[in-house]
Amino acid sequence: MTVAQGIGVGERQVAGDQGEPSAPEVSRRGRRLTPYLLLLPGLGWLLLFFIVPIATLFSTSTQTRPPGSEIGVYVQTFRWANYVDSLSEYTTQFGRSFLYAFLATGLALAISYPLAYAIAFKSGRWRNLLLVLVIAPFFTSFLLRTIAWKQILADDAWVADGLRRLHLLSQSGHIINSPTAVVLGITYNFLPFMILPIYASLERVDPRFMEAAGDLYSNGITTFRKVTFPLSMPGVVAGTLLTFIPAAGDYVNSALLGNRNTTMVGNAIDSRFLRVVDYPTAAVLSVTLMAAILLLVGLYIRRSGTEELV
Amino acid sequence: MAATTESLPARAKRPVSQRAGRWLSNNLIRIYAVFGFTYLFIPVGYTFVYSFNNSGKSNLNWRGFTTDKWANPCGAPDVCNALSNSLKIGLIATAVATVLGTMIAFALARHRFRGRTVTNLTIFLPMATPEVVLGASLLAFFLNVGVPLGFQTIVIAHIMFCISFVVVTVKARLASLDPRLEQAAMDLYADEWQTFRRITFPLVLPGIVAGALLAFSLSFDDFIITNFNSGDVNTFPKFVWVSSLRGIPAQANVIGSAMFFIALFAVLLGQAVTRRRRA
Repeated sequence: MTVAQGIGVGERQVAGDQGEPSAPEVSRRGRRLTPYLLLLPGLGWLLLFFIVPIATLFSTSTQTRPPGSEIGVYVQTFRWANYVDSLSEYTTQFGRSFLYAFLATGLALAISYPLAYAIAFKSGRWRNLLLVLVIAPFFTSFLLRTIAWKQILADDAWVADGLRRLHLLSQSGHIINSPTAVVLGITYNFLPFMILPIYASLERVDPRFMEAAGDLYSNGITTFRKVTFPLSMPGVVAGTLLTFIPAAGDYVNSALLGNRNTTMVGNAIDSRFLRVVDYPTAAVLSVTLMAAILLLVGLYIRRSGTEELV
Repeated sequence: MAATTESLPARAKRPVSQRAGRWLSNNLIRIYAVFGFTYLFIPVGYTFVYSFNNSGKSNLNWRGFTTDKWANPCGAPDVCNALSNSLKIGLIATAVATVLGTMIAFALARHRFRGRTVTNLTIFLPMATPEVVLGASLLAFFLNVGVPLGFQTIVIAHIMFCISFVVVTVKARLASLDPRLEQAAMDLYADEWQTFRRITFPLVLPGIVAGALLAFSLSFDDFIITNFNSGDVNTFPKFVWVSSLRGIPAQANVIGSAMFFIALFAVLLGQAVTRRRRA
């Protein structure tokens, strides 16, 4: 625990200079204060611009519009029936959000794990370059890349053309403006969030564990199943969370690559809030989405036994 | 899932068929990786190629090759104004979030204090909240308090969602430091401030830089939260979104591609520098 005092503070020096018997007292009090001084500005910011807004949103969710008032004026009436009304209206969108997010997370995991494995164990001196390449697509605006998917999946572009030639797509079939396109877009969007944590935990696996498994007559697949994969679980948990959470709240992919029947909760929140100026409904949907995600995340973390995520 | 381990001592003695299988599974994963990277880069390639499109208003269809848009990236109305706003917001938000986040990371990694669980939760929650909820809640708050929307509200929002990512990055770096280095400095009569300035800080710096880069790229690319809280201030992602309804000018592709190459160059340069220093 001696190192825990790694970073110094003024107090101790002052105390040392004084050289009085009471000096250690001052020093201890100073040390006790230091963490709070370090936390204060950052946590204050999060309190004011994250916690308080979430509370505001919660309070907005039970407001109603007084009869005859202007658009956008709402007063607090604690109308909990707002939840029943809004949720029954948007049940489909909720179901769709979670379905798409599950599919996209599964697909992203299937794509990312072998990729992260290849970078960690099979890339040799190319490893750093490959890591940079994983992050690199991030630098092109994600909206531009989603619009690029719109072009790639368009009816007259090569993907749809090729699939039609292989009779995997009917002559009048579309990929664009379909649930498939939305799920593909979401999968693509958050891929680096999946690859990087898995890579990070694979990289930390001590190769001697794998060698030991081999010495004990385990074949490659058993070694992977019993040694490598379990050791990479923290990365898998972090990656699936980092993909699932933004995926469930996404509305950009649905808006750009989908159609009227692919709208997700995010689309509903966006349009209720910004276009219809129906704050309570948007607030109900937001609060419920956040609660549902936190519940799922909590269950998932508990099941996978990875407590320390932050 | 095809996966094998390297350098098993028993490998050489195995029969040929098994070695062939191993070779295939070794390379299977490489082939898979090539496909994965192709998937990652196809849209980037499209964005780059279409920056040379001789298009008018809409950039969805190919109309012939031109370098005009690269020669005149500000040619489309408002695109450079949006870009400069995004850069300014990104720089301010990154600077503030990096300082605040680094302080929290030090407190968490180097101090014992009451309220650690609450602190961890407060850091974790913004990352576990979908952007659309963050955006909507901030807008509800700003409307309630009566803060006019604009440049300042975007900066406030960006600092908020960047802090947690800086904390996580810097904390990971702090956790991986060898505590004996600091002990050694103390043994050599460095006081706490000297130890911090000469030993701890230089060692943590790569983590802080990584956190800052992450914060900047998150801020620069953010659309959802910005769209809720921007009022009539334009940012680059917002520009792309608004014009995607009418047709995006190829200049947007020029800027997207240029950002890609600049960032790639900067990262590779940084890696080369650290490698040389290590050698």
